Amino acid sequence: MLYISVPLGKLVRRVSRLRGGGSALPGLVVEKIDPGFMQRTLATLPHGVAVVSGTNGKTTTTKMVVELLESQGLKVFTNRTGSNFTRGVAAALLGEVDWRGRLTADVAVLELDEAHAVHFVNRVPPRYSLLLNVLRDQLDRFGEIDKTAQLLQHIAAKTTGTVVLNREDPRVARIADTLTGQDVQYFGLDDSLLSTFPNDDDMRAAPGSPAPAALPHKPPADVVLRKVGPDTADFEYDGATVTTAMKLRGVYNIFNAAAALTLARSICGGGAATADHATLLTALSQVEPAFGRGESLTVDGQPLDLVLVKNPSGFRLGLKSFPAGGYATMIAINDNYADGRDMSWLWDVEFDSLREGGVDQLTGSRAYDMALRLQYDDVRIGAVQPDITPALAAFIRDAKGKPKRIFCTYTAMLAIRRELSKITTVEVVS
Amino acid sequence: MSPDTQDAQGSKGTIRVLQLYPRDMNIYGDWGNALVLKQRIGWHGYTPELLEYNVGDDFPDGVDLIVGGGGQDSGQLVIQDDLQSRAGVLTELAEDGAPMLVICGLYQLFGRFFKTRSGSVIPGIGILDVETHGTEERLIGNVKVATAEFGEVLGYENHSGQTTLGDGVRPLGTVAKGTGNNSSDGQEGARYKNIVASYLHGSLLPKNPAIADFLIRTAAERKFGAFVPGSPDDGYAVLAREHAARRPR
Ligand SMILES: [Zn+2]
Repeated sequence: MLYISVPLGKLVRRVSRLRGGGSALPGLVVEKIDPGFMQRTLATLPHGVAVVSGTNGKTTTTKMVVELLESQGLKVFTNRTGSNFTRGVAAALLGEVDWRGRLTADVAVLELDEAHAVHFVNRVPPRYSLLLNVLRDQLDRFGEIDKTAQLLQHIAAKTTGTVVLNREDPRVARIADTLTGQDVQYFGLDDSLLSTFPNDDDMRAAPGSPAPAALPHKPPADVVLRKVGPDTADFEYDGATVTTAMKLRGVYNIFNAAAALTLARSICGGGAATADHATLLTALSQVEPAFGRGESLTVDGQPLDLVLVKNPSGFRLGLKSFPAGGYATMIAINDNYADGRDMSWLWDVEFDSLREGGVDQLTGSRAYDMALRLQYDDVRIGAVQPDITPALAAFIRDAKGKPKRIFCTYTAMLAIRRELSKITTVEVVS
Repeated sequence: MSPDTQDAQGSKGTIRVLQLYPRDMNIYGDWGNALVLKQRIGWHGYTPELLEYNVGDDFPDGVDLIVGGGGQDSGQLVIQDDLQSRAGVLTELAEDGAPMLVICGLYQLFGRFFKTRSGSVIPGIGILDVETHGTEERLIGNVKVATAEFGEVLGYENHSGQTTLGDGVRPLGTVAKGTGNNSSDGQEGARYKNIVASYLHGSLLPKNPAIADFLIRTAAERKFGAFVPGSPDDGYAVLAREHAARRPR
């Protein structure tokens, strides 16, 4: 089996590529004929497997960790999110291994969707895990927030080496109490920045009502984000604060940079041991946002920002991180399966910050739900057009000469990128 | 509106809306219901006063309308003792005809009991003659309900408790798409006196302004003897309903 599964899988991969098919089929084939392929291959990595999970920011954070590790000279295997996680990883591995099944990488950094987490970590216990946050996300698929916290806890429990936790998210930080054998590291936020991270628990709490129970004593964090400037950030680690330039935008992306830095430091030997901090920081300063996570394109000589919003906390963070002033704004809300069908979450976001400039264009299959939401927040609405193609054309035409911003759900973003690629250069993501 | 129903500020009077346990029972956009009541009370020419009641608070006087939402299992456990201690005042208000909207978790706890999957029983306050049993199955998706009172009601359900109605209540309506109270009888929600109980999030009230206006009208009539409606612009609500009704489960 061992000797035919990889060549066969690679063959299927080649054929399905020629036919323009997806990546899951070759993964399926190799999984079927050689179920141990993934574990066996990943087990050969000298630095083991690191997984990144949590509700918001996995993609950008995974990308950052990969680039940080590569700056230290490590060869990194990583995954792109796909429809079936295990199969997707198996398929990606097939593309990387040689014909005899050997993977020439030092470490694997995998973005782990909560839906696939348990299945994966039961089969491949990670050496490192980075747990970002537990926020209201895709509740229609996973049930409840507490359940998501349990999933992350399960990932932590299966981790054999270091667990990196968000000190500022009580549901994540408290996972430490349940761990016995693992080394625990935290990434943290300066108190002055806490207010830019609304917690779901106090989302609707009245002014002056008690905050949700955070950790009684904040444990020291390996890396703390101290300050965010227009294009810089201050990180504190090893007792000193350093300022670095940042291409990433939005405070929550930069907080995830602290998370990535903590994990990279753990993998590279921890503390000041072996990591080369000058190159780490240079790599961090050059990380570009992942696909759709606050990326900026140019249309008619003006910037056009795409901000992916897929849950209330993400939308609220997006509104805070990308202030409306001076921008023409469009919102695109779809309710396809990948977006989540439930529109309730729009009511957990406050849109007051858009009141001054209004919203110029609404689109997507739930454009009128969004219009209704804005009406109840007294936000002026320009035009509503559920069909994305004419809506985007009208938005670009009517906002000529102004910087533009589009808040969009996942499938709306895919559609918008498709349209934009006809008029400007858009990174092609398969 | 006639001059004698207006106070000095041109308002037809104040309507006090109490949110029940917004800290622990407020999920899947339940805040939207409170926001819609607040705004529509204003659009009808009355003055809204939005109050909150959380565990351990004093129960406010002069409440005209009550709205409560869903929660996680943990939220239900946090409020259950406090809710029992407020059973008296809530029952009194309900029996006296105060309008109330209870969604999902508080719908269940306004009933007689919630029996969890593991067999433990969370007592309700028994205002509604309903009982709920936890199940393994999670009922999730878009819902359309045919009702006599409010026309077609649209929303989104997400619950694993299944509720059956006793003789003391009537259903809110019959499910045309989705599951509703339970996976067997095709009914959704419950009606008793001026209480509207439902599993539907969405949020419920924005796309079902008829229910919002029923609650507001009832509050105004109870307090002022009459309701003089304004004319809210429901253009977006009508279109949002049309589009929502066509979406898959
Ligand atoms: Zn519910």
